[in-house]
Amino acid sequence: MAEVLVLVDHHDGVVRKVTAELLTAAARLGTPAAVVVGKPGTVESLAAELGALGAAIVYAAESDDAAGFLITPQVAGLAAAAAAATPAAILVPATVDGREISGRLAVRLNSGLLADAVDVESIDGEVVATQSVFGGEYTVRYRVTTGVPIISIRPNAVEAAPTAASPQVVPVQITIDPAISATVIADHPEPIGDRPELGAASVVVSGGRGVGSADNFHVVEELADSLGGAVGASRAAVDSGYYPPQFQVGQTGTTVSPQVYIALGISGAIQHRAGMQTSKTIIAVNKDSEAPIFEIADFGVVGDLFTVAPLLTGAVKARKS
Amino acid sequence: MDIAVLIKQVPDTYSERKLREQDWTLDRDAADAVLDEIDSRGVETALQLTEAKGGEVTVVTMGPDRATETLRKALAMGAHKAVHVLDDGLAGSDALQTSAALAAAIRTLSVDLVIAGNESTDGRTGSVPSMLAERLGLPQVTSVRTLEIDGTTLRAERVHDGGYSEVTASLPAVVSVIEKINEPRYPNFKGIMAAKKKPVSTLGIGDLGLDPSTTGLANAASQVLDGAARPPRTAGEKVADDGSGGTKVAEFLAAARLI
Ligand SMILES: Cc1cc2nc3c(=O)[nH]c(=O)nc-3n(C[C@H](O)[C@H](O)[C@H](O)COP(=O)(O)OP(=O)(O)OC[C@H]3O[C@@H](n4cnc5c(N)ncnc54)[C@H](O)[C@@H]3O)c2cc1C
Ligand SMILES: Nc1ncnc2c1ncn2[C@@H]1O[C@H](COP(=O)(O)O)[C@@H](O)[C@H]1O
Repeated sequence: MAEVLVLVDHHDGVVRKVTAELLTAAARLGTPAAVVVGKPGTVESLAAELGALGAAIVYAAESDDAAGFLITPQVAGLAAAAAAATPAAILVPATVDGREISGRLAVRLNSGLLADAVDVESIDGEVVATQSVFGGEYTVRYRVTTGVPIISIRPNAVEAAPTAASPQVVPVQITIDPAISATVIADHPEPIGDRPELGAASVVVSGGRGVGSADNFHVVEELADSLGGAVGASRAAVDSGYYPPQFQVGQTGTTVSPQVYIALGISGAIQHRAGMQTSKTIIAVNKDSEAPIFEIADFGVVGDLFTVAPLLTGAVKARKS
Repeated sequence: MDIAVLIKQVPDTYSERKLREQDWTLDRDAADAVLDEIDSRGVETALQLTEAKGGEVTVVTMGPDRATETLRKALAMGAHKAVHVLDDGLAGSDALQTSAALAAAIRTLSVDLVIAGNESTDGRTGSVPSMLAERLGLPQVTSVRTLEIDGTTLRAERVHDGGYSEVTASLPAVVSVIEKINEPRYPNFKGIMAAKKKPVSTLGIGDLGLDPSTTGLANAASQVLDGAARPPRTAGEKVADDGSGGTKVAEFLAAARLI
């Protein structure tokens, strides 16, 4: 079976969850092969974990230059592994970095790119990717007709189900051209809070402009915490400075598809709906009975979020205890 | 410094966007076409830089005839000139082909910086800027929320999934901006009048030196197999809060075994 390359998303010696999802997706298409780009010594510390996640082969693209430059080391690593493996497909996470890496790589390998896929499958030996278009209005299946299919896969779209392997480590040489590379001077990671990650949470409670202020957002947070959920925000709430931008849900924010989505003080503009309308169950609380969010809500309360949400928080806690 | 800004005409996200069920491509007649909001922020970024440092802003689009409306809007905002990549043979291009045509168009200019949006609202591949950088042999910094130029060096805050980084690159370079970068200005009457006289040059496949056997839908590196529309969502129960709304939500969730 042909190899399927997976770009390993790792940081400070930790393999990110999306890598497990991509290795699972790769196993559907061929033999999963992980590509690690990092400073010398990186692969030694990660190989066993990658094996446990299903990698049968680990390509080690190590270089002292791998850390300071942005994007181009990963492009070089994948290109080198592709030359060694003649893969059936190359999978990268559809993150900011992954999308950029896949764009450059597609040009370098003159290959078709399928961006932000939510699923991959093999049909009669051909790699087919499914995309979710216009916030889930449509699903469309695509294939690549030129080169090796390069597919970026949305984090949390594929459920990781690894079959452990004992990987063979294969070193590949990379050279990074500083003339086409940007340099990272400093990284500022977001502090990881206690709440689940927005894109992966099974419950999301979002606040909109109706929340009225940053101080009031604790009402949203307390409900989220009672449900073990993540907090989201509309763009109006973000633009008004009530909540940080990385929590924006919608067309230009994160797309979420939780079991339960609770919208508090959100009108339900089409661009907000584009990021949450594939949620399994939608609950809306809004003062305005005409708010468009009610058109897609499974259960709606026309009322003041400041009375409804705390009561709900209390009721959820009471059921748990 | 001279700057090229890539701008794209997209279906207005406030109207209903559709795919054509024959071939699952974008139905451009179903919705009003507008300058993509993110690209108006790209234009704003370029205008602020040239206002501070001198130089000209050239807006570049690839799209059908009516995409000139988008160019005029950017010219009315204050851009100096425009390039329209226009050829029937380019219809149905994928990101790889679009980036080849745009790269060829940019090579006809001599610019220090190329600015794009991080992601278009219709294509959403977010890959044209990095493809362009690779084709032009330039460094790229995508998803920036701040941008400063000092001599021939750019410095930016680049937002990524785990936070943000401070990044530098030497010019010329390709940058893509996110919606937090600025608020775009509205064209005023004077700007709209002035835009009518600003130069718009049109470039086709021949002018760009592209091989016609590589362009357009028939030669795209990625192709649609099939598609499906999602069944529309319907409204469920709606109650007016009589003081027990919170409890009713809890009961609804419990009945559905969600809590
Ligand atoms: C290109 C583009 C991209 C966009 N991307 C996004 C995106 O990714 N995400 C996004 O969210 N938006 C996005 N938008 C913006 C979108 O169009 C809306 O402006 C935005 O979603 C509105 O947010 P909101 O519902 O919080 O605010 P509003 O529309 O102002 O609604 C506030 C709601 O709160 C209700 N309310 C007020 N007080 C209370 C109370 N005490 N109790 C209960 N209800 C109350 C009001 O009745 C009202 O319905 C985008 C727009 C464009 C043009
Ligand atoms: N046809 C086009 N014409 C001009 N610019 C484009 C075109 N397609 C994409 N771009 C630029 O690339 C950015 C990202 O688009 P995309 O890669 O399609 O998500 C857009 O915001 C534009 O700046």
